[in-house]
Amino acid sequence: MLPAPAFLANPERFMAFSRWAAPLFGALAVVLATAGLWLTFQVPEDYQQGDTVRILFIHAPAAQLGLFVYACLGVASFLALVFRHVLADAAARAAAPLGAAFTLLALVTGSLWGQPMWGTWWVWDARLTSVLILFLFYVAYMALRASLDDEAKAARAGAILAMVGLINLPIVYFSVEWWNTLHQGSSTFAGEGKGLAPVYRPPFYLMSLAYMSAFGSLWLVRIRGEVWRRRAEAAALRAARA
Amino acid sequence: MLDLDASPYAAFVWPAFAITALVFAWMVASSLAHARRWKRKALEGDRQRSERT
Repeated sequence: MLPAPAFLANPERFMAFSRWAAPLFGALAVVLATAGLWLTFQVPEDYQQGDTVRILFIHAPAAQLGLFVYACLGVASFLALVFRHVLADAAARAAAPLGAAFTLLALVTGSLWGQPMWGTWWVWDARLTSVLILFLFYVAYMALRASLDDEAKAARAGAILAMVGLINLPIVYFSVEWWNTLHQGSSTFAGEGKGLAPVYRPPFYLMSLAYMSAFGSLWLVRIRGEVWRRRAEAAALRAARA
Repeated sequence: MLDLDASPYAAFVWPAFAITALVFAWMVASSLAHARRWKRKALEGDRQRSERT
């Protein structure tokens, strides 16, 4: 059983936990991705999409992670802003580059699927546009934090921006229902008889879990890096004052 | 048996997998490099501090 988040609020406990949890999640991601990729190239091609259906198994998990990581960024920012918790701020800062990378992957792989299937690399429909805005929120968050020298001010400004960006998450998710979009509706929660064909579910779920495990591992590694960075900068400040 | 023949869509399928592999490689390398760099500096700071005291 994994420890409750409150247990991890203590930096020393977090460092002890993440020392074994990060490699464990990493190894799990490798196993899941190996099995998922094996099945990705085992399943038959789709009768309409042909072999481009295989892009789905790397595109949809990236899009899911783009949303999930932003939710993590938003919650961590809220905790950092309200409770002024250092580790929550480190978690928020550590999540941003990973979330940006997953969102960029979703955009690029989606575009590579869209060209042969839709006949275009890009359309300004609600789903694609809202995902692009999600990516821009990540970029703006990282740029804002990098542009301010004062760490406390940067954390506060970044947290406010991250929380404003949370508004975009339901827009991304429900965009295919609220508007008439070229992008298809939800495949994962479409209900019985709709969405993803049963033969495609095992590779899809395995790849989704692999992406999630990879994020878990990399997030822990990056938070550890943030803890070390703050410790190094505090030591440098003490040395300068001495 | 693996079906690695993506024709006639190979020009779209393989770049998608290649870009995904590259982005994952970047995420792993940059995360490890970031953590290792700051761990080294933090431990160096601790060492200098203990030498002074």
